[in-house]
Amino acid sequence: MFYREAGEFRTSYAEDSQTFPIRFDRWRYYAVLLVAFAVIPFIINDYWVNAVFLPFLIYAIAAIGLNILTGYCGQVSLGTGGFMAVGAYACYKLMTAFPDVNIFFHVLGGGIVTAAVGVLFGLPSLRIKGFYLAVATLAAQFFLVWLFNRVPWFYNNSASGQISAPERTLAGVPITGPNTEAWATYLFCLVFVTLTAVLARNLTRGSVGRKWMAIRDMDIAAEIIGVNPLRAKLSAFAVSSFFIGISGALFFAVYLGAVEVGEAFGINKSFLVLFMVIIGGLGSIFGSFAGAAFLVLLPVLLKNILVGQLGWATDLAAHLEFVIVGLMILIFLIAEPHGLAQLWRLTKEKLRLWPFPH
Amino acid sequence: MPDQLLYGIEAAVNGLMAGVLYALVALGFVLIFKSSGIFNYAQGVFALFSALTLVGIMEGQVPFAHLINSIFGTEVHHFGWHVPAVLAIAFTVLVMVGLAILVERYILRHLVNQPDIILFMATIGLAYFMEGFGDLMWGSDIKTLDIGIPQGGSFWIEENTAWLGGEGFYGFFIDRLDIVAACVAAVLVVGLTLFSQYTKQGRALRAVADDHQAALSVGISLRFIWVLVWSIAGVVALVAGIMWGSKSGVQFSLSLIALKALPVLMLGGFTSIPGAIVGGLIIGMGEKLFEFAIGAPFLGGATENWFAYVLALLFLVFRPQGLFGEKIIERV
Repeated sequence: MFYREAGEFRTSYAEDSQTFPIRFDRWRYYAVLLVAFAVIPFIINDYWVNAVFLPFLIYAIAAIGLNILTGYCGQVSLGTGGFMAVGAYACYKLMTAFPDVNIFFHVLGGGIVTAAVGVLFGLPSLRIKGFYLAVATLAAQFFLVWLFNRVPWFYNNSASGQISAPERTLAGVPITGPNTEAWATYLFCLVFVTLTAVLARNLTRGSVGRKWMAIRDMDIAAEIIGVNPLRAKLSAFAVSSFFIGISGALFFAVYLGAVEVGEAFGINKSFLVLFMVIIGGLGSIFGSFAGAAFLVLLPVLLKNILVGQLGWATDLAAHLEFVIVGLMILIFLIAEPHGLAQLWRLTKEKLRLWPFPH
Repeated sequence: MPDQLLYGIEAAVNGLMAGVLYALVALGFVLIFKSSGIFNYAQGVFALFSALTLVGIMEGQVPFAHLINSIFGTEVHHFGWHVPAVLAIAFTVLVMVGLAILVERYILRHLVNQPDIILFMATIGLAYFMEGFGDLMWGSDIKTLDIGIPQGGSFWIEENTAWLGGEGFYGFFIDRLDIVAACVAAVLVVGLTLFSQYTKQGRALRAVADDHQAALSVGISLRFIWVLVWSIAGVVALVAGIMWGSKSGVQFSLSLIALKALPVLMLGGFTSIPGAIVGGLIIGMGEKLFEFAIGAPFLGGATENWFAYVLALLFLVFRPQGLFGEKIIERV
């Protein structure tokens, strides 16, 4: 009734090609932004930020990054954990080398370094396809983790082999280190999420995104109609790694504070982000958010119910979580291979016709 | 002979033996990929699950004991009997066949005609499910698996090779378990080859691997073949699980050998059984030799974690279908 395009007349190309062409969508988007920026910072506390909001925001960036590579460009990657580690370590080196620079630029720098590494590991994608490429990206995963474990330069020769974020402030407010406030870290991550989501959305709507999708659907055919596979694939790797690097930098500097590379950025992280993308929906920015929210909230919820309410042992709850996540993935793939995003799309279709569907 | 060279040879031989174990896991992948085009990521977890089940049956553990105790507040752990190894293995084979039937019934049947990558992701989901399910069923503590395979270095080989080196050389150290594993792998490959060449089901299996539709049209039941192939893969996983479980205990890390089998597959080609064996041997020997010659002295060790992948990656850049894989022909 209220969600429809009838009666909306667009009089310019800019209006016609805007991100949210339906007025209701547009207002919903502004409302979400308003709540996220102006309401939540005032009401959250440490528990909510650390258990829910920070992981959700940071994984959302990683999921958008992987979605660009896998969902839009069709190159399956199992190296997400390794690329996140590159972002984290690059950010750490920048933070310790240039302590006076704004932390914002350190995180961006982490993303840029990761983009370069991503292009390097993306080079084989020109020859290798499909499963073979997925396995080849494992080389990146294991090699990078090993590198950060073994070369002392990366962790500034610290005795424990860990990296820990020194205190850095933005406009006088501490963002990293032990004395942070919940709202400051939340807002800092939120800014990055908003920027990356808008960037990703507009890239995938434009000519770059169309080239990626052409490559995804069939790379030989794309080549014949004039898409340069070298440029398309490597740009997908670069953009995707840039986002994943940013998320890795935030994950280390803002969320965890101290990181041991094998534990924080191991192969399980790669799979976790991949699951977010699958459950959320391949080739959808909204899906990345939905998938990240789902897989961040599910363990918190299960833990609260099983351990908090029923008093079960934590290891039992952890096993049950594996079973449930595995089942969810199977059910999603069988019932709705396009993920939560497709459910959302269907709901919108229904809403358009509601309450007179015939 | 100089000692350094002898140590190198020892590393190479041990690498070959480790390669046999990789090849065992890779074999399961190849079987399923050939017959149904599915890249079964869950193969490693199958090995873990079958080993867990074997230990559980042998020790007489109550399945889901932990869960039952948590829900009903009881204290059950063991039935109090011990099953002989042979019987337990037979039971485990039955469990793996049952698992194959369930997988075909509830997953594969619904995912027919989906893109390969969706099927791949489904097996990742299956792997997660099985991992949690196995732990729920049998508990996640590290278990020892002992079905009577000899273990430890072979003194006979040590004594008979000691004369090769000088004062400080005591002969090659080769684990007897590895030798058994190599023999078992050889028997398995010969058995599988005979099965697929000379039995009716084996021929049907090859027909399906060749062309699904043609096989269907001459009256071969795809479903039966899929159950058969997943069962065989389950048995291969059981063998791999027994070998790895005897070597390093039955524990979570067992499922990670699947990741080690992936570069083996890439090197050998996804569709070739000899490829899996040769790839396993190359990877096993290559990583041990690299660690011995370059990794440990110059790079700080633990290069085994990534060497296999980088080797496979570099190899694929020059030969995208692997050593023995079918040539990839693409049409628009």
